[in-house]
Amino acid sequence: MAVTTPSEVDASRRRRRRRNGLVPWLFLAPALILFLYFKFIPMAQGVRMSFFEVRTYLGDQWVGGDNYTTIVSDGAFTSAIWHTVILAAGTTAGSLLLGLVLALLVEGTGRHLWLVRTAAFLPVVTTMAVIAEVWRIMYHPAADGPLNTLVGWIGVDPQPYLADEDTSLASIMAVGIWRGAPYDMMIFLAGLAGVDRALYESAAVDGASTWRRFRHVTVPALRPVFAILFTLAAIRGLRVFTEVFLLTNGAPNGSTEVLMTLIYKLGLQRGELGVAAAGSVVLFLATAALTVAVRLMRRRGET
Amino acid sequence: MSQRYDSVLGLDARRGPLATVGKVVLYGAMVMVFAGPLMALLIGAFSRVVDPTRFSLVPEGGFTLDNFVRAEQRGVYRYLFNSLVVVGLGLLLQIAVSVFAAYALARKRMRGAAVVMLLILATMMLPEEVIAIPLSVVLADLPPFHLNLIGSYAGMILPVAAWGFSILVMTEFMKEVPVELEEAARIDGAGELRTFFSVILPLCRPALGVIGVFGFTMIWDQYLLPLIVATEPTQYTLPIALRTLRSDEEVGIGVLLAAAMLALLPSVLAFLAFQRQFVRGLTSGAVKG
Repeated sequence: MAVTTPSEVDASRRRRRRRNGLVPWLFLAPALILFLYFKFIPMAQGVRMSFFEVRTYLGDQWVGGDNYTTIVSDGAFTSAIWHTVILAAGTTAGSLLLGLVLALLVEGTGRHLWLVRTAAFLPVVTTMAVIAEVWRIMYHPAADGPLNTLVGWIGVDPQPYLADEDTSLASIMAVGIWRGAPYDMMIFLAGLAGVDRALYESAAVDGASTWRRFRHVTVPALRPVFAILFTLAAIRGLRVFTEVFLLTNGAPNGSTEVLMTLIYKLGLQRGELGVAAAGSVVLFLATAALTVAVRLMRRRGET
Repeated sequence: MSQRYDSVLGLDARRGPLATVGKVVLYGAMVMVFAGPLMALLIGAFSRVVDPTRFSLVPEGGFTLDNFVRAEQRGVYRYLFNSLVVVGLGLLLQIAVSVFAAYALARKRMRGAAVVMLLILATMMLPEEVIAIPLSVVLADLPPFHLNLIGSYAGMILPVAAWGFSILVMTEFMKEVPVELEEAARIDGAGELRTFFSVILPLCRPALGVIGVFGFTMIWDQYLLPLIVATEPTQYTLPIALRTLRSDEEVGIGVLLAAAMLALLPSVLAFLAFQRQFVRGLTSGAVKG
């Protein structure tokens, strides 16, 4: 009669457990491998490249911090960083403000409100490439261009929009707000749904005006939503590429050049991969710093 | 509770002719501002527009399919085909990858789960644009096999096949599936894969809708990645091709409008069809940051 010794049982149990321990990793493997190849290796590669002069066939040459020095001293880079910050700040603030106003206007359960919300949300789900083409047409600078015709009805002179250095960045900002505000509106609506309705009623019983009710009941309840939307929009603003690339690609005269369009030109058109990589690292540090700053501010606000 | 307190402003409760007119004007303006330009695009695609200044909500020259016929000669349907291949295969892969990963994270006790979670969050904090330049280098020479994915569908699909957002949404949902169901299946002798496919997956259908519609719009909206990967015009996706169509003098704005409409339609239709799931995903995604 075969007798299984306790140690044999133990060993088989251990084997079994080890096999079971492997199963979750098998399920995770596709995701982890894809992330490794298309997120982590490129990230590491980008950091490495930022310290090299990247030369195909000749081999890369270590240049230390030269690429970063180039960025800081190159006038094109500093003005691109400046434009990026202005664009991100303007788009973020505009979207938040307009998004909140829209959310307040369409809050409710009526079917017509649902229809208005859906229609207003369409820009968010439309691919950016189409939005850019539509707005290029809308912004047609001739006096009988679509938008100029519209503003003409309220007595405004024809504007050059994207075609002039003074108005180009603001015009891109307007498109960003046009697409960002409905997104923020939807998130604000979700936040508003969580506000205790009884508080509105008791505030009204106490004789508070609509404004005071908004100021003292709604705004505090929406504070976490503000923080989330601010972070999301600011990061989206800093990494802006597609709309600028398609609306102006930096023109006229560099007045709308942002960090990503400049990085794209340097890296993929002029082959200066090292400098482009250094620019990308700077952009990453900016978004990371922003995320951490908002997290810290929120934590301080909570305690 | 009175309807007046359903919303901050209480607009719903305001009745009377003046309030009604005010609301019609207000909501009408909202729809026109946000949907108007897109409707003008839709109308323009079906009319004989010759120059951009005639872009309006009032169609001119009557209804025509002419733009779509001429779009054929400009290869627009080839671009559309490329886009559909990328979004079709990409979405299938993305859903499969998310569902598998979520199953491990939500249902299995494993060492290192916290580290994996952290890595996934890290990928979500890393803007795609930041890694675009080095990604183009990696795609041209994939270690350790020296594969070149530039100019291939795989180069446009694989980088979007794993998406942190989908994995997180799916994980949260799977955590809610009662353990008893899984145990019952196991007692009945079902293996790992069997349990997964016949017990867990069917229960996750609502979450599949969320990650499906989000994944679709995410892949459809890709711009920089196909721009980097495509080297020949025949490899262009529809969004990339719009720029070439616009700068080609011979094409004319009609074809551009037709192509833009074809690029707009899929994601808008996906949104309209799965609106509930979309809004649910929007709020859960935003809350997680």
